[in-house]
Amino acid sequence: MEERNGDDRPQLPPPSLWPVGFAVGIVCLLVGLIVSWYVAAVGAGLALVFGFLWARDVATGRGATAAPSDEEVAATDGEPPLRESEPAEQFPRSKFLEGATLGLGALIGAIVTLPVAAAALVPGFVKQKAKKVDLGPLSNFEEGQYYVATFERNAEEGHISRMSAFIRNNGDLNGTPSFTCISNRCVHLGCPVQSGGPVFDDRKKTVKSDEGEIDLIPALPAAGFICPCHGGAYDQEGNRIAGPPVRALNRFDFSIVDGRLVLGNMYSVAEVEGSGKSAKIVKYELAGPGQHVDGPEAWLYPAQPPH
Amino acid sequence: MATTQKRSAKQTALYPLDWLEERSGIVGGVRYFLFRKVPGDTDWWQTLGSATLTAFLVQLVTGVILAMYYKPDVNSAHASVEHITNDVWGGWLLRGMHRWGASVFIILLFMHMGRVFLFGAYKYPRELNWIVGVLILATALFEGLTGYLLPFDETAYWATVVAININGTAPFVGPYLATILRGGAEIGPDTLARFYSLHMLLVPGALIGLIGLHLYLVVRLGVTSPPWSRTAADLDLDPKPPPTRSGMVTPAPRPTGVRRRPSE
Repeated sequence: MEERNGDDRPQLPPPSLWPVGFAVGIVCLLVGLIVSWYVAAVGAGLALVFGFLWARDVATGRGATAAPSDEEVAATDGEPPLRESEPAEQFPRSKFLEGATLGLGALIGAIVTLPVAAAALVPGFVKQKAKKVDLGPLSNFEEGQYYVATFERNAEEGHISRMSAFIRNNGDLNGTPSFTCISNRCVHLGCPVQSGGPVFDDRKKTVKSDEGEIDLIPALPAAGFICPCHGGAYDQEGNRIAGPPVRALNRFDFSIVDGRLVLGNMYSVAEVEGSGKSAKIVKYELAGPGQHVDGPEAWLYPAQPPH
Repeated sequence: MATTQKRSAKQTALYPLDWLEERSGIVGGVRYFLFRKVPGDTDWWQTLGSATLTAFLVQLVTGVILAMYYKPDVNSAHASVEHITNDVWGGWLLRGMHRWGASVFIILLFMHMGRVFLFGAYKYPRELNWIVGVLILATALFEGLTGYLLPFDETAYWATVVAININGTAPFVGPYLATILRGGAEIGPDTLARFYSLHMLLVPGALIGLIGLHLYLVVRLGVTSPPWSRTAADLDLDPKPPPTRSGMVTPAPRPTGVRRRPSE
């Protein structure tokens, strides 16, 4: 074995090429996350192999020079080699027992740990189907007027699931009613945006539906929508006009069922062209606040967890 | 006669410790930990680490008592915090200690970190202890994040919304990280209980483990002298005594050899 270094001589690792391969593997892995899972798998494999080789080099001192055999180790440990003349056992029993103990221990550990970790992590990713919310008869929505609708998204969860949307009746489009349904969650960091103009609390209507009570308050967001937290500002179509948000406000799918307005799932919008019923909207999968849905920055968020 | 009696009385009093020591060696261990040698010129700044530890212990104790009255449920969490503050005897003080103590803990962590940096105490062979310290800092900040939601008022709710969404903007893993933190696509009933469990079980456990490792390394590697230490720089080997202040202005002579290292 090597002589111990003194305090004043920090140990230097021997030069090795393996870290380069390891780094290439990691880069492949990260690129693969964007481009394709196959590339990611190849990258992961490369990183594992080269990482192992690297770790082996570090552990044994140097890959090129042969690792000291068991007998050498025993000799330097100060124990007299007992069976110097006998050939070393090819598959020593102690090695097998050691491996079996570690392997069984790892197996038992995995059997215990995996379900526990899954119970902690998986529930957040399943059963995310958002419920539809009935906002009541269309007659409550005067044409061209914005309403702040406040409702419980999930009656089972109760008050904690309360959220608001800005609803505007755009009149008929090709014979079917057209609505603008904008979520009030700022797409900077998720604070509730407010109407940039008066909210007529005295004309508040409360509609009863299967989802409980829904408050409809007429509003005149003349200056669009403004976020109180960090000053994000949006126009009446939800397009960003100032501040830190990275895209336009999220919108709700909607449908008309038996003359009632029903909100569906939310989707993300990069930018709305036009306004009202003639607005052109490209739907993106719902993304979290602060995440780009178009342009090169969108590559940073290649996949969204289920919503 | 009297001395013999005194000695036997002392032996009787110390017998439990002897009993414990003989069977566990724990008394010697504690003695080693408490009475180990440190450099003679150890500075007051070097008490910041144990001050941080004290602040953490205060958080542990007050947190355990708070958990006796707190209800991690979206409909009763805030009411239970009001109950602690207004109804529970001494609860206002208990909650105040935990709430303000959290800030004290973080402030002391940063001061301790600054001291270690300015003293150069992170250098070889103590790099690993710096790394462990950084992990402690990150874990402590996560403790602050999870604790902030628990009063469950408007500030707590929206601050947590913003904090989770900041995590959500991290490249690639951000959206998944946010979902894991929330326990779903939106903050819901599970989020509060989740944060409560993280705040009082998982993260403190991790902190205790990391602090144990940190202390082990401190004891193993010893305490660094301050950068201005003459002893550590071997400047005190000449017979000239170091200038010592006596009174406010005039340096007075001092007997030689006082500030030698014990080994010399």
